[in-house]
Amino acid sequence: MASIEEKVKQIIVDKLGVDESEVTRDASFQNDLGADSLDTVELIMEFEKEFDISIPDEQAENIQTVGQAVTYLESSVEK
Amino acid sequence: MKRVVITGIGALTAIGNSVPEYLEGLRQGRSGATPITQFDAEKFKTQFACEVKDWDPTTRVDKREARRQDRYTLMALYTADEALEMAGLLGEDRQTIASVDPDRAGCIWASGIGGLQSLEEQIEIFDAGDGTPRYNPFMIPRMIANMGAGHISMRYNLRGPSYATVSACASGGHALAAAADDIRLGRADVMVTGGSEAVISKVAIGGFNSMKALSTRNDDPASASRPYDADRDGFVLGEGAGALVLESLEHAQARGATILAEIGGYAASSDAYHISAPHPEGTGAKMAMLNAMKDAGLSPEQVDYINTHGTSTPLGDTAELKAIQLAFGESVYDLNISSTKSMTGHLLGAAAAIESIACVLAIQHDFIPPTINHFTDDPAIDPKLNLTFNEAVERPVSVALSNTFGFGGHNSATIFKRFAE
Repeated sequence: MASIEEKVKQIIVDKLGVDESEVTRDASFQNDLGADSLDTVELIMEFEKEFDISIPDEQAENIQTVGQAVTYLESSVEK
Repeated sequence: MKRVVITGIGALTAIGNSVPEYLEGLRQGRSGATPITQFDAEKFKTQFACEVKDWDPTTRVDKREARRQDRYTLMALYTADEALEMAGLLGEDRQTIASVDPDRAGCIWASGIGGLQSLEEQIEIFDAGDGTPRYNPFMIPRMIANMGAGHISMRYNLRGPSYATVSACASGGHALAAAADDIRLGRADVMVTGGSEAVISKVAIGGFNSMKALSTRNDDPASASRPYDADRDGFVLGEGAGALVLESLEHAQARGATILAEIGGYAASSDAYHISAPHPEGTGAKMAMLNAMKDAGLSPEQVDYINTHGTSTPLGDTAELKAIQLAFGESVYDLNISSTKSMTGHLLGAAAAIESIACVLAIQHDFIPPTINHFTDDPAIDPKLNLTFNEAVERPVSVALSNTFGFGGHNSATIFKRFAE
């Protein structure tokens, strides 16, 4: 089974049309991966769907990089 | 007023995915109607349409945009790219225009409906859920009907006027007239115009079926669009796009552009009669044609070809021919008339765009595209009219007129002519 990190990276590759090698933990959605604010909203919604969770808006605002997404999801999904 | 010329065209239709392919389809009298593949139409009264086939938008549109956009705006970008390339206005990076001041270039783009498929999809996702709204943040920008113009202006950095016209099946005609006005009045040097439509979907097929507007000839889709035939039973829904690059004559000449044709004149009118039925006497349509000829400074006997609205509906086809006869008098018998919807289906808001391109091609190549699928004469139609049945005709074409009419009683007529100094 794919890890949370692998799933997150796959979603980002699919939605932003970027190369997998660009999707490092430090990469910022908007500064490095070419996302705009709507793309970021879409990514959060895809994470919610994939992991069957609800991410409150105030938490979502803190998810700006690949690493932040993985960390947040690992802690939320394991609960 | 400045003269308006056409320096580029782009086409995406069920009978060809580029201008050369479209031209070949028109010459051969090819039908684009096939069973619907975009959704399961098994329970629908109509199970076929003129779908665009074997189309890869990413040959002209960025992969990422292709994923984010509705089919109708991708079709807009795809054809605008072909038209700007033909006009010699694409920069080396193919992302901006060259040889024109971006503040003097704009885009007026038509769609009759907009991104209906994107809206339908999101409503279905919501309905299948537990009531929690999870609408995609791109749903609204995918759906709204002005986004063809928006995306074209963004892609090519056109900073002059850009907006959409919406008048159902006449939308493309109004877009072209508005774009030409901007050039005539000196507000812009280059305008991209046209229209795109991609609504081969459950809601559109189902809705038009309920209006009894569509052909239900499921046993023989290729012969279903049969304008002026006694057994016509409604229109065949088509999808696709057409783009035209309009330019002031002086701007085109100053940069040594190839001129494909000139826009002679145009006019719009209204039936003021019924939401979907044409005025039985064709009064609005007649006024549009007469005023377009007046605008172009041409008389009826100077027109060689009329590309009709001719959707293959029982009422619409005869009302339009009546209007043509009233507008053209005795010279009507010297004209060639045809409905290319017999081949492409009805592209709604994009109909005028691809049919304007058919007129430009008729002038460039001196031929009349046919009205295919003629089997039985309709006793209500004057047999002396030359409706160009079944086969294309070689004939010098200097002036061609395109008619389009929309639900709501909106009429538009545009005249194209061979360019001469």
